[in-house]
Amino acid sequence: MSIIVNHVNHIYDEDTAMASPALIDVNLKIPDGQFIGLIGHTGSGKSTLIQHLNGLLKPSSGEIFFNNEDINDPSYNKKNLRARVGLVFQYPEHQLFETDCFKDVCFGPKNLGLTQRDYELRAYEALKEVGLEDEYFYQSPFDLSGGQKRRVAIAGVLAMKPEVMILDEPTAGLDPKGREDILNLISDLHSKLGMTIILVSHSMEDVADYVDRIIVMNKGRVEFDGEPKEVFRHYKELEEIGLAAPQVTYCMQELKAEGFDVDTDVTTLQEAKQEILKALGRC
Amino acid sequence: MKSSKISTVMGKMIDTQKLVFEYIRRDEEGNVEGITRAVDGVDLKVEQGQFIAILGHNGSGKSTLAKHFNALLYPTEGEVYVDSYNTEDDDHLWDIRQEAGMVFQNPDNQIIGQVVEEDVGFGPENMGIPTEEIWERVDEALKAVRMDKYRKASPNHLSGGQKQRVSIAGVIAMHPKCIIMDEPTAMLDPNGRREVIRAARALNQVEGITIILITHYMEEVVDADKVFVMDKGSVVMEGTPREIFAQVDKLKELRLGVPQVTLLAHELRQAGVPLPDAILTRKELVEALKKCR
Repeated sequence: MSIIVNHVNHIYDEDTAMASPALIDVNLKIPDGQFIGLIGHTGSGKSTLIQHLNGLLKPSSGEIFFNNEDINDPSYNKKNLRARVGLVFQYPEHQLFETDCFKDVCFGPKNLGLTQRDYELRAYEALKEVGLEDEYFYQSPFDLSGGQKRRVAIAGVLAMKPEVMILDEPTAGLDPKGREDILNLISDLHSKLGMTIILVSHSMEDVADYVDRIIVMNKGRVEFDGEPKEVFRHYKELEEIGLAAPQVTYCMQELKAEGFDVDTDVTTLQEAKQEILKALGRC
Repeated sequence: MKSSKISTVMGKMIDTQKLVFEYIRRDEEGNVEGITRAVDGVDLKVEQGQFIAILGHNGSGKSTLAKHFNALLYPTEGEVYVDSYNTEDDDHLWDIRQEAGMVFQNPDNQIIGQVVEEDVGFGPENMGIPTEEIWERVDEALKAVRMDKYRKASPNHLSGGQKQRVSIAGVIAMHPKCIIMDEPTAMLDPNGRREVIRAARALNQVEGITIILITHYMEEVVDADKVFVMDKGSVVMEGTPREIFAQVDKLKELRLGVPQVTLLAHELRQAGVPLPDAILTRKELVEALKKCR
């Protein structure tokens, strides 16, 4: 059970004078239950890639397999795929449209053809899961704060009970507490519900704190793929492609250069704290 | 009509006096359903040439406040002076809009031209500037944000950071004294964020333009002259970045944070490492730790 991306190329406006390659020979294996961070500067192909994973875009060449079935096979049930691979777009709250939050979240599962009882139950569970307080269930989503709206939008995808959840910059525009809340929510979906998560993010600190594996895209190719430690070891190459490592990784590099006996493979604040305390002989 | 210039506020770029703003929600028949006080008694002074940052969680009133700085909103109570013009003085509305330019969050909502230079020239053209001078201004503005290479490009083919810099150039071409940036980096990647912040800092230091930066990224604030923190429509903290970021716990209560190095230093202090208050940069942390060996 997994997603396999096999030699995928995607060319926008193929066969026209405007043709531009967005994905070039992308190969990935995404096993069940991983928490993946997908990073890359604007225009690196991240969004093009994630739209392939739930069949919104078709590869110009190459295949994508979901649980060993080619999703672009004419006989493949794409509607079913989209329920199983949920995609939360950037600023998903712009897609809220119903008169109240509960109805908005019902929309997805209702279209799966479930009975009223079933889809209402799912919507209720999803809203509970994202931590929206009961008092807002029957309020217009437009009267909520930015962070709350985003939760409702995520609940809309959750109610489809996906096995894989892809989120495109779910924290953009939120304040620091709002960012933390959303990331903790996503982390819970991964640890409690066992979902496979693909998190597209521009915050290296967030990615380093939460994910098991980082995939770095650059100019349509997979540039790095590995554990946060391995990937951020290449901080100089990351800078060249418009990215960076978390601030603490730089700190450790600089401390090392000053003769501190610290491990530079540090990507989170807690690891940095432990390393520094150790180097100072305080633990 | 209130007098447009008063002597007591000369020299201030922005001066708000007991500013209150209320959003009034109405139902379909136009009856008042509710009133939300978005800005509640703000006295905020910004001197010419300062680099100011405004922090605050979503819904704290930052953007509503900022919209008063170039007369997009008018106070429900109190007054706002922009370079000594009262914003409610219609005679000077265009002076205010020209002197205090605004850059918003989403680059795609601000660009109207088909070609970069056309977009940048839109502001001065509407001010009735002679054609030749418009081109000079466009030149100069694009150079100031390092986008002169792209003057003939289509904005559609630019990255987010580049588009934001074109938006800033559009404001610069109007020769403002002050630029208000409302979360200009929220939608950008790390590179784009750096470009925009670098441009803002250069404009402040080289051209002496007053910058008011509203942001959720604490790292962008460390070089500001002064930081204001808003909560529930009021200014609840005010000071230098060092004074503000020394209060890690208070900022957390306000749904905010501190830069990652500052937090690391804070946690090390709590673990007993004798570090000074409010370390803002990696360099400071390394230097301070050298003394602890």
